Amino acid sequence: MSRPLPLPLPLLLLLPLVLAAPARAAEPLVADLTNHLVAITTGFTGTNVVLFGATDGPGDVVVVVRGPDHDVVVRRKSRVGGIWMNKRQMTFQGVPSYYELLSSKPLDDIMPAAVQGFHQIGLPFMRMSVIEKRSPEDIAEFRAALMRQQQREGLYPTGVGRVSFLGDRLFHATLTFPANVPTGTYRLEVFLVRNGQVVSGQTSPLVVSQVGIDAEVNDFANRRALLYGFVAVIGAAMAGWLASLPFRNA
Amino acid sequence: MDIYLPIAAISLDVFVLLALGGVVGFLSGVFGVGGGFLLTPFLIFIGVPHAIAVASSANQLVGASVSGALAHWRRGNVDLQMGLVMLAGGFAGSAVGVWFFGVLRRIGQIDLAISLAYVLLLGTLGTLMLIESTRAILRLRRPGGVRRKLHQHIWLHGLPLKMRFRRSKLYISALLPLALGFFGGVLSAVLGVGGGFVMVPAMIYMLGMPTAMVPGTSLFQIIFVAASVTVLQAVENGTVDAVLALVLLVGGVIGAQLGTRFGTRLRGEQLRALLALLVLGIALKLVVDLTVKPVDPYTIEAVSE
Repeated sequence: MSRPLPLPLPLLLLLPLVLAAPARAAEPLVADLTNHLVAITTGFTGTNVVLFGATDGPGDVVVVVRGPDHDVVVRRKSRVGGIWMNKRQMTFQGVPSYYELLSSKPLDDIMPAAVQGFHQIGLPFMRMSVIEKRSPEDIAEFRAALMRQQQREGLYPTGVGRVSFLGDRLFHATLTFPANVPTGTYRLEVFLVRNGQVVSGQTSPLVVSQVGIDAEVNDFANRRALLYGFVAVIGAAMAGWLASLPFRNA
Repeated sequence: MDIYLPIAAISLDVFVLLALGGVVGFLSGVFGVGGGFLLTPFLIFIGVPHAIAVASSANQLVGASVSGALAHWRRGNVDLQMGLVMLAGGFAGSAVGVWFFGVLRRIGQIDLAISLAYVLLLGTLGTLMLIESTRAILRLRRPGGVRRKLHQHIWLHGLPLKMRFRRSKLYISALLPLALGFFGGVLSAVLGVGGGFVMVPAMIYMLGMPTAMVPGTSLFQIIFVAASVTVLQAVENGTVDAVLALVLLVGGVIGAQLGTRFGTRLRGEQLRALLALLVLGIALKLVVDLTVKPVDPYTIEAVSE
């Protein structure tokens, strides 16, 4: 579990860019989010964040949102004596916990696969490593399963979202985060594409964090597991005792 | 209204959880069982990960059994000495159980182990209850009825380390309650149940305790076994969702108190037959989930580090 960055930092990082934008037309790409913190509260059911920006002329914009990397174990069930149980498994390292892709035009229309691959734009070009020695077919099969599961969970895209232009230069896009969005520091990459090449790019952070009581419970449970266990027990015991009071004379 | 569960990291409808706690509590009040064996499978059915369902049920159980044990304590129906001996076994059992749970989790077989153990347990329990209650219903229809034997001494009672249990008026080997407690501790750790449905019959038929003493003593030791499982699970596996446990508890204790009153006014045999059918139904659902070809044979799990 990564700790949330304090809110001002990402904003401060962007500040020079935003301030410089109107003054210096030379900046090819400027973009920002309406909000750099997705706060997961007790009633969290997902949220939208709007991305907006400007370019210095015609071109296409591609946006990639990557959640924090983690290791993922993929297990495959096989039938053993009539029961489906996990038989084989593979561990992938450096897997983004969340991935979203948006573009102003279909990707293949604006850049060749090699460029997409270089910038890891799109699920087929996502880099992740396997430690165990496995055949390429095996890896491809498990990798596809990983993608499929993440898509089913709504954490990987099934298509390409839309970046809308207002005229030639202003663009905006809506990033939709589901209720089960993983926590951590996200990386937002905005690419400006012209003539099949990425001519400019901008990276900004986005923090997804539990806030309030949930964050504290989770933090507490991770850092001081023993104490958390005792508190959980005492809390439950107290609740049980309290609940029995009104019925004492029954 | 959805509530976000911090450890399970999922959102569930708070009213569904309250109702689930309430229904399970009610059933446990009516039938005098702990209810853990109903709660954990239902949590799994509504999408709580297996490991978190088990550990949080154990947490919930602490509160539920405090509430139950207090009621029996006030009536003087707790054999403290017997409870403590069983507890010694229970602590050891819960430690072994939680360790075993961690091993299964690391090799990726915890879901299967939990499901299989539940199928075995609920299948056996449901069948036995169904047979017993059917017999009782038939017996009621015939006049006279069969008289049960009072408690007998069996060879197990003669094992070494004999101890006198005054409240239960027993002089038996301490190894028996120790072993029983140990078994209960393992069950509690792996399945998130108090084990009352195994302990209660074993205490009556194996130890030969007076029936009145059994539920209170069983609940008394379950408080501490469940507490030890909760702490160990929190430390070893980080799977205790205290928010989930508390929400379930609120529904559960209210349900249990209502159930207790309701239960005294109802005919037991038909109810037990119904519970048996419910238990068998849950076992069947688990069997179906295990044997039907999954939509996707692959599952993924994020691992830290």
